[in-house]
Amino acid sequence: MKKPMLKASAVCKSFGAVEVLRAISLEVAAGEVACLIGPSGSGKSTFLRCINHLEKIDGGQMWVDGDRVGYRLVGNKLHELKEREIALRRASIGMVFQQFNLFPHRTALENVTEGPIIVKGVRRQQAVEEGRALLERVGLGNKMHNYPSQLSGGQQQRVAIARALAMKPELMLFDEPTSALDPELVGEVLDVMKDLAESGMTMVVVTHEMGFAREVADTVHFLSEGVLVESGAPSKVLSNPDHARTQSFLAKVL
Amino acid sequence: MSAVLTREEAEPAQVVPSRHTGRWITATVVLVLVALLLYSMATNERFQWDVVGKYLFADPILMGVLNTLILTVLAMIIGITLGIVVAVGRLSDNFIVSKAAWFYAWFFRGTPLLVQLLFWFFLSALVPRIALGVPLGPELLSFDTNSLITPFMAAMLGLGLNEAAYMSEIVRSGISSVTPGQTEAAKSIGMTRLQTMRRVVLPQAMRIIIPPTGNETIGMLKQTSLVLVIGYSELLTSASLIYSRTYQTIPLLIVAALWYLFITAVLSVAQYFLERRYGRGFSPLSAIRVDKDKADKIDNDASGPAAAANRQASGITTSAPPANTESPS
Ligand SMILES: Nc1ncnc2c1ncn2[C@@H]1O[C@H](COP(=O)(O)OP(=O)(O)OP(=O)(O)O)[C@@H](O)[C@H]1O
Ligand SMILES: [Mg+2]
Repeated sequence: MKKPMLKASAVCKSFGAVEVLRAISLEVAAGEVACLIGPSGSGKSTFLRCINHLEKIDGGQMWVDGDRVGYRLVGNKLHELKEREIALRRASIGMVFQQFNLFPHRTALENVTEGPIIVKGVRRQQAVEEGRALLERVGLGNKMHNYPSQLSGGQQQRVAIARALAMKPELMLFDEPTSALDPELVGEVLDVMKDLAESGMTMVVVTHEMGFAREVADTVHFLSEGVLVESGAPSKVLSNPDHARTQSFLAKVL
Repeated sequence: MSAVLTREEAEPAQVVPSRHTGRWITATVVLVLVALLLYSMATNERFQWDVVGKYLFADPILMGVLNTLILTVLAMIIGITLGIVVAVGRLSDNFIVSKAAWFYAWFFRGTPLLVQLLFWFFLSALVPRIALGVPLGPELLSFDTNSLITPFMAAMLGLGLNEAAYMSEIVRSGISSVTPGQTEAAKSIGMTRLQTMRRVVLPQAMRIIIPPTGNETIGMLKQTSLVLVIGYSELLTSASLIYSRTYQTIPLLIVAALWYLFITAVLSVAQYFLERRYGRGFSPLSAIRVDKDKADKIDNDASGPAAAANRQASGITTSAPPANTESPS
């Protein structure tokens, strides 16, 4: 069997007394597109952030490409990774945020080349060449020298995707990448994501775009109140869900 | 268009700009007042402009200017560098470090600068005494000249360490103004905390930090005159040494004031350029200007500025399908 790109096993996370994730277990195979859906506050973002260790998990275990997230097993003890090691792991996991979070003091091209140059030590010239190719790829070849404040939301989000891709990640995480966009700009970002999925990228996507999930996802996971209620092919989960909670959620959003 | 134009719609023959009469009156009044003031100053013999001219570039005054500049620059370098360290410490997760940083700012902002300067001055005398094991006594001062901590060192330490406390608060507010999303984005591409600070947070914080730092620098310029009390000679001290001899108090104070004003003007220009540098990307207009230089440097396809200019036109309709679909790796 193919090794999963992401494997979560009984992952738990609490903020104070609030249990946000309750024993989440799921797998995402290499090349697969997994969509996380669920009501607001169900823990989707938190789960995503645990994957690249922006949040520390309180229980269970998680692996990305066979590497345990945040820890190393020595003997029978888990040792927390050093800051540098965590950063190194994060470098191979791309993340795209709802609010884009582009660096406002750098142009689109500089946003994209920043990671390769600073984190990976790629030569500037090579980073610029690759950065240009990536911006062309997301349809922004003519906006390279614009600052984020000069770009529309959809363009900013595409730059953010290019910035993540510049690190040559093996896994891409998307946290509601189109939720902050005007409706007419959603399509251009989803197009880029579809294209990425077709290229074979492993993706975990938190989204409320059911059309996208139906069309692109291999698997849909439905979360509710920190519990993974059901998982399966989009045709199954989105059209003919087993659980009442999934049904009532879908009834609201569709 | 086929309809006949009404009188309202017809191309007007002439555009008559508003006259802004009130504005002109105000400007005239201000100019007249300034002229009167300058005239009375220029013709008032008690200002002794000839004496001002005689001392403006006199050697002791120029030495004083130089000393003031050196002290200002060094104290600000210490202040800014240490201020950043204290600010980062203050925001640290480490309880002890954060409290220590708080204590630093509290202590150095909470005691008069004059007291701090005197303290460093006395410390300069105390340290060699302790090292040599010489008993306390009036001969203490005799060690002063040979010790490492000269009046200059005491002045620099006193001003710099005090400044660091104020700068730490300025830097802290700058750092806090950068949204957490920026730190997360930096982390997500694999930056360490130090890289995040240097490449993402501080450059953005600079926008908030620079204006008050300009204030601090200009304040420091004049604050250096306090070192008079520990026997270090700067601009104002040099001037006062002269007038205490010649009793030409007013003209020499004017000499000092003119120099302070001149240096302040230079500093303000520097601040303007720094603000422009770190305002990049925050004000679309300045950004387009910078874009142009950069685009010219990086390539010749001239896409940058032009693209910036017509962004409104194309903002929505750029959903061009990505050109190729190969894997990114
Ligand atoms: N840093 C935090 N401190 C305390 N509580 C938090 C924190 N982050 C998230 N939470 C809580 O955890 C719960 C899950 O949040 P999360 O952001 O993961 O939900 P979500 O499914 O992404 O929701 P949405 O669709 O609104 O983005 C919420 O109740 C939220 O208030
Ligand atoms: Mg969320």
